[in-house]
Amino acid sequence: MDTIAQKTENQGWDLEIKPKSGLLELNLKEVWAYRDLMWLFVRRDFVAQYKQTVLGPVWHFIQPILTTIMFLFVFGRIAKIPTDGIQPEFLFYLSGITIWNYFSTCLTSTSTTFTSNAAIFGKVYFPRLVIPLSVVISNLVKFGIQFLFLGVAIIYCFFTGYKIDLNIYLLLIPFLLIIMAGIGLGLGIIISSITTKYRDFTVLLGFAVQLYMYATPIAYPLSYLKQKGYAWAVEINPLTPIVEAFRFALFGKGTFSTESLLYSTGFMIVVLTIGSIIFTKVEKSFMDTV
Amino acid sequence: MSETVIKVENLSKQYRLGQIGTGSLAHDFNRFWHKVRGKEDPYLQIGETNDRTKSGNSEYVWSLKDIGFEINQGDAVGIIGRNGAGKSTLLKILSRVTAPTTGSVKVKGRIASLLEVGTGFHPELTGRENVFLNGAILGMRKKEIQRKFDEIVDFAGVERYIDTPVKRYSSGMYVRLAFAVAAYLESEILIVDEVLAVGDADFQKKCLGKMNDVSKGEGRTVLFVSHNMGSIKNLCQKGIFLQNGQLKFAGSIDDAITNYLNTSRLESSFYKKFDPVKELPVTIEDVQLLKNGLPTDETLFDFQDRVGFELTINCKTKTANRGILIHCHDSLDHLFSSFDISILSSYLEIREPGNYKLQVEYPAPVFKAGLYSFDFEVGNFGKGAEQVEKNVINIEVEVLSRNPRFEAATANRSGKLYIEPTWEYTKLN
Repeated sequence: MDTIAQKTENQGWDLEIKPKSGLLELNLKEVWAYRDLMWLFVRRDFVAQYKQTVLGPVWHFIQPILTTIMFLFVFGRIAKIPTDGIQPEFLFYLSGITIWNYFSTCLTSTSTTFTSNAAIFGKVYFPRLVIPLSVVISNLVKFGIQFLFLGVAIIYCFFTGYKIDLNIYLLLIPFLLIIMAGIGLGLGIIISSITTKYRDFTVLLGFAVQLYMYATPIAYPLSYLKQKGYAWAVEINPLTPIVEAFRFALFGKGTFSTESLLYSTGFMIVVLTIGSIIFTKVEKSFMDTV
Repeated sequence: MSETVIKVENLSKQYRLGQIGTGSLAHDFNRFWHKVRGKEDPYLQIGETNDRTKSGNSEYVWSLKDIGFEINQGDAVGIIGRNGAGKSTLLKILSRVTAPTTGSVKVKGRIASLLEVGTGFHPELTGRENVFLNGAILGMRKKEIQRKFDEIVDFAGVERYIDTPVKRYSSGMYVRLAFAVAAYLESEILIVDEVLAVGDADFQKKCLGKMNDVSKGEGRTVLFVSHNMGSIKNLCQKGIFLQNGQLKFAGSIDDAITNYLNTSRLESSFYKKFDPVKELPVTIEDVQLLKNGLPTDETLFDFQDRVGFELTINCKTKTANRGILIHCHDSLDHLFSSFDISILSSYLEIREPGNYKLQVEYPAPVFKAGLYSFDFEVGNFGKGAEQVEKNVINIEVEVLSRNPRFEAATANRSGKLYIEPTWEYTKLN
């Protein structure tokens, strides 16, 4: 009773619905209160995807395998681009594709947050941020599967006589993933916020992601560009240090520095901040424009 | 002691008409430009009240305009008004699906809203999985759902199917399960839009019963939108009447309903021309009210006057299996329906192309004092309605001649209709 009396005195409203929110009213506390929902969404994404498929999660292997074969052929055999001394060559491509896939799925699937969930957003309120966060997490599960596959391939190569240089930098991988996810999420929610009104960006994103991959050292090592005049164009890409560090952790070969990783981290923070500001602005009224 | 749990102040919501996207960049830029110079949003000043029937000049329209009211804890509040009055917009703002344009709402406690049954149900997941998912969407923690799980399944009556994907459910099972999740949610405020229309009568009754428990038994606040005055009257003590986005009345539910009905009576018509429906073979083009066999613009009838209609029917091609229906209802109930094909059965077999005049007249006296509405329909026999025009003609019947003989026709006597039987006495001894 005391608490109720106090509430009335203070006019302590639990919630105030207003036209506009503050600049950075993210309300992470609320997101935390809905953490069960986040896990259920992760589960739903995963379970629903493989219901009534024969191969199920095996599909996660097939895409990287085929892409690796393609890269091996086009970049390795035809263009004869070196692989930073990583042997066998396919591990170079497979590792690049594995981490790139995580970024690109994070970006493309968070970028449709508003448009593909319009039906449910239009009927019930929950913190909208739950959706992109759950997407990032469920993609992490997919990444885990692909990473496991990469690990199996590495172990196989180790036992067939290749020199594999696993090192202490392996511990860096979770950190790399967080930055990767952060940048993907940040860009994704910015794009999803814009696409509620202007659908043009959905079209743009499809090939922008494709092109972006070529600006990231996935099919070639950064060291290969070092002597060239346009190396800065790849170095300015905040994903470059992450990919290179990822390869360094696995194979001991790659070009990155603490400064370059700090640059990526800084970029992530900026993108996430801008993303959250736009997202909170759009989430309140997007139902009227979507 | 009942404290205010919802306080709505100067709430308005503006919508943009027409295609969104074309020209919005220009408007956005204009808004931005005004903002930069510290001026007010130029598009907030314009906008008209939301009257669908008149075409306005403005691209913007106020779906809600300066609404203000308070709701106390434990109140069951019915929100009434015609289609487009702003009821759903109000619920959307209260359930935070969309933000208001101006004004504010202050809320104490957790709101659970049921604007649609089965939001977020995933067809591939089982009933069990969906209960948890849907519960979480509505804001429940996992533990809470686990505790209520058996009750939910029991209420929905789907125990046998609980581990089957919901895509295999019948639509009735689907709806029952979805409602059950929301109804067992532990929230201080429950918002229910007209979702019950989907279930069968039995289920609707069960839901209304549950909502009654929620508001009266558990002291939770319920906001309920419905067009069914009967269920609103049963469930709610308070009423809010909206018209064209404006608050016309807030107070007791009886007064709100009376207000609503009086307003719709003022808007009542004696003649209505319908928008042509091209795809349908048989359509009703217009309806004219008749009093004692003659066209009239007077919607007040003496109970002894004969109520009738003249309909223009258009038949485009040779068509079979179409019937014209007229439903008569008072504010709460359907009273009876009349079918042309049950009298003129030859029309069921074939209708030749052309225009027809159809005169319909009810015997008198039948209608006792009260308000009556008439719906007109073209039905495809055995398949369902094709053209449905609701509440086209609204009339008021009064007992105009004072005579003790007509006492039974007045509004304060029980009975829905006034029919004079023949009374024949025979003295036996």
